[in-house]
Formats: sequence, structure tokens, C-alpha cells
Amino acid sequence: MAISVKVMRRPEAGRTSYMRATLKGMSLTFKHLVRPTKVTLEYPEEQPDLHPRWRGTHRMEVHADGRPKCVACGLCPTVCPANCIRLVGGEDDQGNRYPIVYEIDEFRCIFCGMCQEVCPVEAIHVGRHFENAEYTRDRFVYDLDRLMEQDHPTTLLWDPSDPRSE
Amino acid sequence: MGEMQELSTFWFVTVAAVKVVAVFTVVMGVVAYMTLAERRVSAFIQDRLGPNRVGPFGLLQPIADGIKNIIKEETMPGTAAKFYFVLGPALAIMPAVVTIAVIPFAAPLPTPVGTVDMVVADVPIGILYILALSSLAVYGIVLSGWASNNKYAFLGGLRASAQMISYEVALGLSVIAVLLLVGNVTLTETVWKQQQLGMWFVFPLSLAFVFFLISALAETNRLPFDMPEAESELITGYHTEYSAMKFSMFFIAEYAHVVTASALLATLFFGGWDIPFWTGDDMFRHESGWIRGFDEAGAPIPATPSVLITLLTLGAFCAKTGFFLLLYIWIRWTLPRFRYDQVMHLGWKVLLPGALGYVMLVAGTMLVLDQLEVPFGPVYGGVLTAVSGVTTLAFLLFVDRDRVIAGAHRKRNLARRRAGLPAEAGDPAVSS
Repeated sequence: MAISVKVMRRPEAGRTSYMRATLKGMSLTFKHLVRPTKVTLEYPEEQPDLHPRWRGTHRMEVHADGRPKCVACGLCPTVCPANCIRLVGGEDDQGNRYPIVYEIDEFRCIFCGMCQEVCPVEAIHVGRHFENAEYTRDRFVYDLDRLMEQDHPTTLLWDPSDPRSE
Repeated sequence: MGEMQELSTFWFVTVAAVKVVAVFTVVMGVVAYMTLAERRVSAFIQDRLGPNRVGPFGLLQPIADGIKNIIKEETMPGTAAKFYFVLGPALAIMPAVVTIAVIPFAAPLPTPVGTVDMVVADVPIGILYILALSSLAVYGIVLSGWASNNKYAFLGGLRASAQMISYEVALGLSVIAVLLLVGNVTLTETVWKQQQLGMWFVFPLSLAFVFFLISALAETNRLPFDMPEAESELITGYHTEYSAMKFSMFFIAEYAHVVTASALLATLFFGGWDIPFWTGDDMFRHESGWIRGFDEAGAPIPATPSVLITLLTLGAFCAKTGFFLLLYIWIRWTLPRFRYDQVMHLGWKVLLPGALGYVMLVAGTMLVLDQLEVPFGPVYGGVLTAVSGVTTLAFLLFVDRDRVIAGAHRKRNLARRRAGLPAEAGDPAVSS
């Protein structure tokens, strides 16, 4: 048979109850009516518990002197599947590489977290944060300064020895 | 006291006007808060919280909804019959809000200008007025369904007419049992007789109460009988094409019907404004004054209306009506919708013969009791309670089996099994 047919097993005719089933249903709904625990999260006042590996808004880690940790190696724009990172690297007098332009388009980003995984100096991170609404579209392109300003907790990377993050 | 101080014509008109405004306002307020209660209770039943943002506990939500509905755009389908399309909601809401007028909601109130009945209009035809006007509501629904020029709206209107006519019969027949016991059609006398009997009619007429409850659910188009709306089949049935305040009219009409039905259930079967186990609130207009009852010699015992008793009885009436309002919501969020043929089957093949038979039974029992000259009191009520209780149990056992709402194939197999034949091969409904 090409199509599988699911057979509903119903009680035989004349063997079912309606009054008792109705009363049972009424008592069940009443129990839920008076049950004090509700599942609703009253969002703006109550914040959801974000998982340690929740991937949200990016942030750029900074050194103690305020410089970004990024060394403009170019791995994150390369690995980014959504092509949302724009990086122009530069070099200072001591030969240290640093990003002249570092922009992430949060609209294009798919929050895969591969930029954080690939970063050799743990500079770019995805974060446990999701409240990034804006009034205009251009505000969704985060430049370097904005990425460095972010202060939400960063995402925990997947640990092969603890695959379920327990 | 006891002597009745009649209102002068001027005060009669003034008091009547005040009562009309007060009752209308209260009913509209209750309707508004029913919508909130419906949403909150349904949310609680589903372990949610419901609307609690507008005002404390969401108490201003009905006002917000009202403002929204007034300022929304009114759409008018291009091919609708415009006159009838506009007439529909008006016809639907009118009977819904006027039916409450004959329901007594408290004991008489003494005022400096005379004793005032706590009922908007104590008309002699009482319950007949309610039956007549509540049946008119179906015209609004059918008319709006037809005038929308939309298949689904039309089907909703058709279903509404079929369903409301079917259940009107059972509703009327279940009321007849009450009328037999009261011997009159006014609702004030219905309350008085329940006080005299010493028990609410839900006990001596328990099966009539069951029939009335089911029929009232069907008459108000509430789940599990909301065939005319049936979202999953007919979008929203007769009000599919309506928007903004015209839609609101249907909504208000539905809830006003629910309020009337609840008040009627409380009045007919739960003693109206009567406070149980207390004869101090018994009061009835008898010849020239208010009486509490009759002594052994048959002489009337005078009663004294007081503000306190009026307030207490008003509270009792509100509590009973409120319970039925909650019951309506509770049933709605528990039971799934009937199939259309099940609704018709239940109405015509179960409730109609059942109610007819029950009226005969009540009439017969009353005839026997009257022949034995049993006084109208606890013994009289007790016998009726026993008879009705047995009948009710038998009826509930009957509908407990799936004779009423089984599908066709199950009924066919049931017939085959009774005839000693094996079940039809390949029928998915057959299992051991």
C-alpha cells in the first residue's frame, strides 16, 4: 500500500459514555481554572531564562585599554554563511593588525555563531540577548563602536565533553 | 405595616424610568465584563493569564475594546443588500436587551413614595413575553446572514434558524412543567411559589431544569451548540461580513442573551431572589398588602418590606445569575462543538419527546397529589422531587450511552450486533 492509513481505534457502538465523560471534562477544566501555576511569562516585567548557549546580538570583546581584541585576520567574514560581516583591516606602527571597519548587519545575520567559533583571539561573540528593536533599518548595521559597547553575557561555546551543556 | 402604599401615577412613571435606565446600564455593564470574564476564565482554564494589561487585573479591557470597535472602519460588502445588512444587527440586539425587563431581581423596596417592585415591568404574561421576544432574535441572525451575500454567512443564518426553532420547542415544553406547578405565567409568582413550596423548582422539576439548561445553551448559540458561528466550518457564520460596531452588536446580543438565560434559569429553577433556608424574605403582593404566607386558618401573614431585605435578596439573585454565567463560560471551554446532525437529533428525537413525556408525568403526579388533597408544601414538593429524580436519572443514563450522538456507521454496527450479525468488514470504527 502506497499510502499508510491510520486506523483510529474507537470504542464500540453502545459502549461509550457521554454524561460521565462530560462531567469528567468539566472537573478537569475546573481543576485547571483554580490551579495557581500558569505558564504565561509576563514578558517586560519577567525576563525569560536564556539558555547558556542562546545565540543573539553580537558583541566585540575589548582589551583593558579599550582597543578591540580583533586582529583583522579575516576569518569571520570568510566563514560567515550569510555574508553579513564587513571587515577592512589595517596595521599600526608596531605592526599590530586592527580593524579599520568592522560592521555586522544584524538583519542578514542568521545567528549561527560560526564567527565566534572561528575567531582565534576570542574577540567577536554572539550574546545571550535578543532585545535589539530599532526605529530605522540602518540602525541594524552595528559598527565597531556599537559592538564594543554591548555588555550582555556572551554565548557559551559547545563543549564536546559536555554535549548537552549540563 | 403590611398595608400596601400604592405609587401615584407620577411616581410610577418616574420609578419605572429609573428602573429601565438602571437595569439597562447594569445589563450592559455585565455584558461588557462577561467578555472580559470569558477571556480570563478561558485563559485560566488553559493555564494562561489572559488580558491583564489594561487597568488593574485587566478591568479596563472592555472599555478599550469598546473604543476600538467604535473607531474601527465599518466595511460594507459591495454586493450586500444594504438596508437589511444594517437592519440585521439592530434586530439581533433589540430582543436581547428587552427580555430582561420581566425578571424580578430583588424583594420589593420601600421608598417614601410607596413600595416599589424590583422588576422593570411585572407584566401579566411574564414568561410568554420572554419566549416571544427571544425567538425574535433569530430574525436578526437570519437576515444578516442572507443580506451579507456570502455563502458562509448564509449557511450560518440557515443553521441558526433551524437550530433556534428546534430548541425553542424543547425550551417551551420544559417551561410548561414550571407553569403547571406555578399556575401562572408571571415570574414574580414563580418566585413566590418556590418560597411557598419551601424548595427551589430545580428539585421537584429536575428534568425540566436539565432540558431548559440544554435548550438555553442552544438558544443562545453558545458552545457546544454554536452551529451558526462554527469557526472551523463557516468562518464565523452569519457575522462573517460584519466589522467594527456592527459586529459588536452581535457580540453584545449574544452576551445579553446569556445574561437573560442565566437570570431566567435562576428565577425559574433556583428561586429567583429567594434566600434559601430563610422565610423572612418571602414576600408577595396579595390583595391589599404584602404577605409572607398564610397561617393554618388560611389568613394572610403580613410582611414588612425593608431596604435590608431588598439588598440581601438582590445579592442572592446576583450570586445565582453569576453562577450560571460562570457555568456558561465553563461549559464553553470544556465541550467540543456538536456535529450539525447531532444537534438536530438531540433537539427533535431526544429533548422534544422527553420534554413532552415529562410534562405528562408532572401533570399526572400533580393530578394525583391534588386529588389526595396534599397541601402545596414540603410533602407536595417531596413527592415531585422523588418522581423527577428517578426520571432524571433514567434520562441521564439513556443519554450516557451513545445513542444520541454516535456516527452513522457506529449506529449501523450497533444494529448489526443486536441482530446477531458480525460487524461490517473494513469499518475502522470496529475494535475489540
